Amino acid sequence: MSHLLAIDLPGGWQTTLGIKTLIVMGLIPVGALVLGYTFLLKMMSHMQSRVGPMDPGGFHGWFQLIGDGIKFIQKEDIIPAGADKRVFKMAPAVVVMSTFLMFVVLPAGPNAVVAGSIHNGIGGIDVGIFYALAVSSLSVIGVLMAGWASSNKYALIGALRAAAQLIAYELPLVLAVVGVVVQAGTMNLQGIVFAQRDGEIFGWGGIGSPYILTQFVGFCLFMVAAQAELTQPPFDMPVAESELVAGYMVEYTGFRFLFFFIGEFGTAFVYAGLAATLFLGGWSIPGVEGEIANWVGPLVLFAKIMFVAFLMFWARFSYPRLREDQLQSLAWKWMIPISLINILVTGALKVAL
Amino acid sequence: MVAQNVAFWIFAAFMAVGAVRVVTTDNIVHAALWLVLVLAGGAAQFIILGQEFVAWVQVIVYIGAVIVLFLFGIMLTRAPMEAEEKLNNNLRWPGLVAALLFSGTIAWAFIDEWGNDNVALTKPVRTKEVGELIFRGYLVPFEVVGVLLLAALIGAVVMARKD
Repeated sequence: MSHLLAIDLPGGWQTTLGIKTLIVMGLIPVGALVLGYTFLLKMMSHMQSRVGPMDPGGFHGWFQLIGDGIKFIQKEDIIPAGADKRVFKMAPAVVVMSTFLMFVVLPAGPNAVVAGSIHNGIGGIDVGIFYALAVSSLSVIGVLMAGWASSNKYALIGALRAAAQLIAYELPLVLAVVGVVVQAGTMNLQGIVFAQRDGEIFGWGGIGSPYILTQFVGFCLFMVAAQAELTQPPFDMPVAESELVAGYMVEYTGFRFLFFFIGEFGTAFVYAGLAATLFLGGWSIPGVEGEIANWVGPLVLFAKIMFVAFLMFWARFSYPRLREDQLQSLAWKWMIPISLINILVTGALKVAL
Repeated sequence: MVAQNVAFWIFAAFMAVGAVRVVTTDNIVHAALWLVLVLAGGAAQFIILGQEFVAWVQVIVYIGAVIVLFLFGIMLTRAPMEAEEKLNNNLRWPGLVAALLFSGTIAWAFIDEWGNDNVALTKPVRTKEVGELIFRGYLVPFEVVGVLLLAALIGAVVMARKD
């Protein structure tokens, strides 16, 4: 594991990033698939008493997802006559690329991390969480490209709503993370995991110091903002199916639609991973030390990601849609001021304690 | 050092193509999208220089915010699907002269200052060092820039609002 994920070529922190990216590009669709399978279909089916997705294949409808995949692949790839063909084709790839790039920085163990240890001792990209948030903002461009190139008024309205929403909620997302960065003293995700593992709460270090306890406000803000970044209910104005058909995805069929779908669930997976790393201690678990942590770490991380994803999808299936003005005022009038106060209090306590 | 040089020229070629297409394309949305290529190339050049933080600031500010704002503005007002004739004007030659003058001045200044010096690339600059420089060495300029930007923001709101 340690050599699979952290390939330390001498002096080559750029090349290792490329290799890790290639590995990750195989891992994400699988992760997204697991997430979609376990949570969207089965949880939704149970919570909403749906019969259809529970039926194919027998036991809990296990064949449903495979059947969906086969359906998407055999569909015709239709491009509208008035569409801007090149931009139309490129847009889903841009969205998925942003997800892939975010996944690279998630540390999965003491050594199972994107390399960089030659320079900073603990591995991981030095700007870690900042990098993840920077590449996450690339998906907005893909969404705007899709909405514009479709040459469809519903798609354009959906894309504009998505852009306005993603810009509005990126601020509380970044500001919620600042509290964690201030407390940990680093932006390196691996460093943040170490800070939580080795931390103490009022002198007691039995479980380390998972920041969900000390940064609970930040955790809540992060989860709400991540929900909005994913354009999931209750923040699904951009794809509101009852008024905009499917927003910016309306003209996409077959595999290109599946790309958006993978992007959506892959991004949910990555945001759950970021929340698990920032607030729940990432791959670390009390009592597991040394080389064995490289093997247990990924499993622990996966379990934590699944827990956070459960919370995300629970909210997704429980709440009705917010109106556009409610959605904007929640971001600008509530979440941003609260996150600024959170940073102020965190900074003051960091200096005082 | 050779790998960085090769990467530099590859990214520079992409940036040059992107920059030329920004001004030659007839579709304003395409121009904004070509600009993404130029700015991403700039971020890549910063990475080659080991300036990780600056590179990702370039991505989050220019690609994630400025370009999105461009596209948002274009689509909110007209969202033209077709190419426009008006986008081209007859200022090509003055533009070329200005570009040559500008790049010539920059090139002359760099050659005059460093010439054949071999500028040693050090290890990547840590984010911590950048933070310490901003909040220790350059705290007052940083705050002044912050207040200036706030004033610009408020000014824009005041000018844009009619009521």
